[in-house]
Amino acid sequence: MRFASIQTEKGSFLCPEPLVEISNPSLFSIKHSTMLTTPSINPSFSLDSNLQTYLSGRHLLIDELPFPIDQLHSHYLNGSILYEKGILLNKNRYCCQRCGNDDQTLFASFSCFRCKEEQCTYCRKCIIMGRVSECTPLIRWVGPARDKELSAGLAWDGTLSELQKEASQRICEAVGEPKEMLVWAVCGAGKTEILFEGIERALRLGLRVCLASPRTDVITELYPRFEKAFPKAGVAALYGGHSELTSPSSLVLSTTHQLFRFKNAFDVIVVDEVDAFPFSYDRTLKFAVDKAAVDQSTRIYLSATPSNKMKQRVRSQNLEVIHISKRFHGYPLPVPHYKWCGNWSKLLKKQRIPSVIRQWIKEKLASGRQAFLFVPTIEQLDTVYSILKENPEIDSVHSSDPDRIEKIKRFRKGEIKMLLTTTILERGVTVPKIDVGVLGSDHDVFSSNALVQIAGRAGRSVEDPYGEVVYFHFGKTSAMVSAKREIQNHNRRAGLVTRR
Amino acid sequence: MNCLSCHEPIQIKFGWNDLFYLNDPSSICSACSDQLERIEGEICRMCGRSFSIFPEQYRQDDCCFDCLEWEQHGSSITKNRSLYQYNPFLKEVMARFKYRGDAELVKLFQKELQALVKRAFKGTIVVPIPLSKERHYERGFNQAELVAGMIGCPYYHALKRPVHEEKQSKKSKRERLEHATVFTMNEEFRSAIANSDVTIVDDLYTTGATVQAAGKILLDHGARTVSSLTIARG
Repeated sequence: MRFASIQTEKGSFLCPEPLVEISNPSLFSIKHSTMLTTPSINPSFSLDSNLQTYLSGRHLLIDELPFPIDQLHSHYLNGSILYEKGILLNKNRYCCQRCGNDDQTLFASFSCFRCKEEQCTYCRKCIIMGRVSECTPLIRWVGPARDKELSAGLAWDGTLSELQKEASQRICEAVGEPKEMLVWAVCGAGKTEILFEGIERALRLGLRVCLASPRTDVITELYPRFEKAFPKAGVAALYGGHSELTSPSSLVLSTTHQLFRFKNAFDVIVVDEVDAFPFSYDRTLKFAVDKAAVDQSTRIYLSATPSNKMKQRVRSQNLEVIHISKRFHGYPLPVPHYKWCGNWSKLLKKQRIPSVIRQWIKEKLASGRQAFLFVPTIEQLDTVYSILKENPEIDSVHSSDPDRIEKIKRFRKGEIKMLLTTTILERGVTVPKIDVGVLGSDHDVFSSNALVQIAGRAGRSVEDPYGEVVYFHFGKTSAMVSAKREIQNHNRRAGLVTRR
Repeated sequence: MNCLSCHEPIQIKFGWNDLFYLNDPSSICSACSDQLERIEGEICRMCGRSFSIFPEQYRQDDCCFDCLEWEQHGSSITKNRSLYQYNPFLKEVMARFKYRGDAELVKLFQKELQALVKRAFKGTIVVPIPLSKERHYERGFNQAELVAGMIGCPYYHALKRPVHEEKQSKKSKRERLEHATVFTMNEEFRSAIANSDVTIVDDLYTTGATVQAAGKILLDHGARTVSSLTIARG
């Protein structure tokens, strides 16, 4: 898209190429534009409420807008739309205005048919969401705000544990206040329920709320729960392939990626699993949250295993923290124990499984319970599976397995008794009555946080609050020691005696 | 240096060749390049498909049935050669390149492309498959032109595509074969084409309908022979 400069009585403004009426205009890429001001708002202009709804709080490309260009242009001329540069060049450094990328190795250029420039630079970091290049304007709504629809009303009648109540209360108090807060809740604490009252309060105040999670499956799982809990809010869920926001929803569930398509939108942002792959609360995510939130927003971070950086902020008291050290059912977290299993990686190379682990597998299969066995790498996973695959009760799953979802379903149903897996399943899969083993817990891939998450798979249901967690190793690592210490600390904080 | 495809750092195994600058620095990591299936060994002499993954009963000697059919109707293409199988991994890379518009990814293919041209297309002139104006605008670039640019010799925009049409990728094989793509000659380059051996360049060879249609126009305008070269063989 190129622009021409047009003169109106209010000054000179941009006109998109397809709408230019003068002959032989001088057309330019927006990167050369020095006048990105929007005309002042015209109060007598009758704006299109669909466009207003669609664009409010968003930060989108023209290609992402299902509205004709002349309609966009008339809203721009009447002060409701702002064109911004997609890529800024500052002191010879590029910066993507959508995702905040400023890593120069993640920019490239091509000869562009749209702006006819030999070198049109684009951002490779967020390319999957459609290309932002120097000639790509990002569009925002700067016109009159939408009427606030009061969409509160909580239809959830579950009960909260004492600790959950306390946390819920504190979240309620935080809503509407400009502050950040970390909810440090153990695996299986019941994080979702503690948000409900706070969200309801926000909706009652007419605030816009977003819950962001790095994982699509969390969003799709929470969506029906939130719809049920907030029947009047018209909850919207955004994730890859479903990024359209067609109704004026005050409650949005979004993958952290989709946050890049918002700007100045939310008064309250809850970020789930701030420490999780593919994001830790790094600059990218921070940029996304900063951009999607209004100034003076309330930010709530949820995590079972906060990063060291966050713990540091908690210690130095510049981040408020709520501990939920007890699971919702009140039982302590299963504490992992260590079992030395010899040089497991050497044995695997010889196509053998350490005898200690073979014994454990046998016991588990005989016990009638289900079990996870975590293995460090996909290659080693394949080795272990090839040795055990004679047994129909055992299956294996890893990140690039096309049947992943199907196998997890069968595991949940109990058709698979033992699932061999890599760290891909360290979070999110909840199965009652389960024991957990880690083959080679001394491998680098098992960070302290990963080991805590893995241990958190066991003992999650009231019917079976205890489960066994074993780290099979060839020499203890500091990650193993600190994972165990962290779990014991939670139990101590919760006043629960740890079972050995 | 990070991998162009997955953005992970490339582990460099430093060897004697590096010391004497015999190796180009790689733009792809080994995990990604392992997923690219090079077409090697026995191939169809016409379309260049690999026979190793092709049912025996659909070939006659060194030619597949699809190509025999083209030959019966008078094939405009002497031969096609492609670098890689169009497997799920390459499909994803191509989708990012073409539809998301990650132009930089074309560099993944540079080395192999140049080697293939040296092997099989020496002394030809290069013509990329054009896009219609609308499609070209939509993508911001023509992927075939970027591929042609990687070869490192001049290429000619000898063909035009006047009609905006449905994407090939959304059609069935039958539809593709029935509605031949419409190309016209760009008269500017008529003299360049006359009596030359021409190589058409595109990103993907699936049924061959596109390159056959393009080849016919070039032959009608005096090309001596026309062959084609693509990144992927679907």
